[in-house]
Amino acid sequence: MERTLPPASVADEQTIVYPSPYKEFWKAFSHNKGAVGGLLFMLVIVTCALFAPWIAPYNPSEQYRDFLLTPPSWLEGGTTQFLLGTDELGRDLLSRLIHGARLSLLIGLASVVCSLIPGILLGLIAGFSPTRLGPFIMRLMDIMLALPSLLLAVAIVAILGPGLANTVIAIAIVSLPSYVRLTRAAVMGEITRDYVTASRLAGAGMLRLMFITVLPNCMAPLIVQATLSFSSAILDAAALGFLGLGVQPPTPEWGTMLASARDYIERAWWVVTLPGLTILLSVLAINLMGDGLRDALDPRLKVQS
Amino acid sequence: MFSFIARRLGLLIPTFFGVTLLTFSLIRLIPGDPVEVMMGERRVDPQMHAEALHRLGLDKPLYQQYFDYLGNLAHGNLGQSLVTRDNVWHEFTTLFPATMELALCAMIFATVLGLLAGVIAALKRGSLLDHGVMGISLTGFSMPIFWWGLILIMFFSVRLGWTPVSGRLDLLYDIEPKTGFMLIDTLLSDEEGAFVDALHHLILPSIVLGTIPLAVIARMTRSAMLEVLREDYVRTARAKGLSPARVVFVHALRNALIPVLTVLGLQVGSLLAGAVLTETIFSWPGVGKWLIDAIARRDYPVVQNGILLIATLVIIVNFVVDILYGLANPRIRHQR
Repeated sequence: MERTLPPASVADEQTIVYPSPYKEFWKAFSHNKGAVGGLLFMLVIVTCALFAPWIAPYNPSEQYRDFLLTPPSWLEGGTTQFLLGTDELGRDLLSRLIHGARLSLLIGLASVVCSLIPGILLGLIAGFSPTRLGPFIMRLMDIMLALPSLLLAVAIVAILGPGLANTVIAIAIVSLPSYVRLTRAAVMGEITRDYVTASRLAGAGMLRLMFITVLPNCMAPLIVQATLSFSSAILDAAALGFLGLGVQPPTPEWGTMLASARDYIERAWWVVTLPGLTILLSVLAINLMGDGLRDALDPRLKVQS
Repeated sequence: MFSFIARRLGLLIPTFFGVTLLTFSLIRLIPGDPVEVMMGERRVDPQMHAEALHRLGLDKPLYQQYFDYLGNLAHGNLGQSLVTRDNVWHEFTTLFPATMELALCAMIFATVLGLLAGVIAALKRGSLLDHGVMGISLTGFSMPIFWWGLILIMFFSVRLGWTPVSGRLDLLYDIEPKTGFMLIDTLLSDEEGAFVDALHHLILPSIVLGTIPLAVIARMTRSAMLEVLREDYVRTARAKGLSPARVVFVHALRNALIPVLTVLGLQVGSLLAGAVLTETIFSWPGVGKWLIDAIARRDYPVVQNGILLIATLVIIVNFVVDILYGLANPRIRHQR
């Protein structure tokens, strides 16, 4: 009777199968229940934002004059017509919240992109030029850090005037220093490594060293920081809106909605509670995701628990 | 130590000049004509326009304007409010105690509760309590505090009527401002019940302003405690038969406090930013509300120098924290 061939070599059997980096990342990330919860909630918000006109039951600016300050549907006096009730002008709250998601995510995304790219560039330059340009850039960042972020944003908006674009610019400027500092710190850590020296000896130019050799190894803390500043961008934008310095009414921005709801605090709790709750939950979800990302991407940063 | 202070001081000065440059450019960067913006009207009479430009010194070359600005600052001349015609420095110093009082109370609230929560979470690590504390602190960290203030007002002031809605003191009382700190002033006065009333007014704003520092302190204390509790000297203390409370509070907490103190110092800046929001919600007559009102009224000298004063304050506090940290930790002192 013929026997099956023995394995070609012992080594074959023992070959360690490395999981793909994505799989490995997902394994670490999904281990963190809070992070997965945050991700799911954010998926809902992102869907709302992307398909707002189709999901929202009404036009967010449409005023139903017969339904001023209608309570949510499950309360006495509420109708199923307006699930979460209406505001002081008879606008459907749910529709405004859904459209507000669009704005908040847009502000968050735009301000992260607008500060991440210059932040990385400045950080790379500062890291690669530790004697000349570096200290100058870092001094500049220290000055920006000397002002509390919201105050700096308020100052910038005071100059530029309120509005969507200026909110984004203000928040982008405010979060710039943390990217520059992080990138520089990461670059300083990598630049003395052997692989960088090897690449330099092989004749790699400055730009290649910066963007292809060093930068990819500095990405982990930057991704975490980007998530965290995404959530603080949403918070700051809402705070600016609340102070009347952000996106202007009647645009359905969450913070702006709260500002106009202040006068109805005694008789319509839902106009006050719901926009704030939406802000809190979104920010919390992103922060949970940030925690998960940090644990998954950079074990060195892991908090002891 | 001296060289350490000198080095830090060397970093301080360019930062301060940077901030003056920023506040200086503030007015110059406003789109449109500064005179029209400040007068709040368009098509100002050309002669008046020229006079206003001259009065504001805006007709000189930029570098000279900057030096004039610095000269004024050096003389303590921070300009006048366009609305009240009052000296900016005078307005700031009158309002600042209110902000300071609020910030101090918020910090006490945050520190006491945060340390306690952090220590408990570290001791009961992995338990339901630990997860609860950490969950709540992450929620607090994500809190839009302007909304949090509204919710607390809605519940405690409007529905339950426990605390006043806004302000620092009931109109019933007439307190002569001696120190500017309402708690002290009411104690010094002979009006009965005024102190308790002032305290009542402070509760909600302090909680609101203290929420984010509370979350940060709780998280920081927990991780610092976990680190310290693993150290050999803690095991030695336990082995010597010291009571658990003594080990935790005397041996472990003292060393765990070092990183927590740094974080506390760093919170000062965000505390002032939070004060802007808190004061707006509670109509608290402090510098934060003053600044926001000034922006709404386009009172540019106030905006400009108010920001300068607050930034200077933050720089000085950070400097002091740095020095204290250097005193507490020689490793920092000798770092280059």
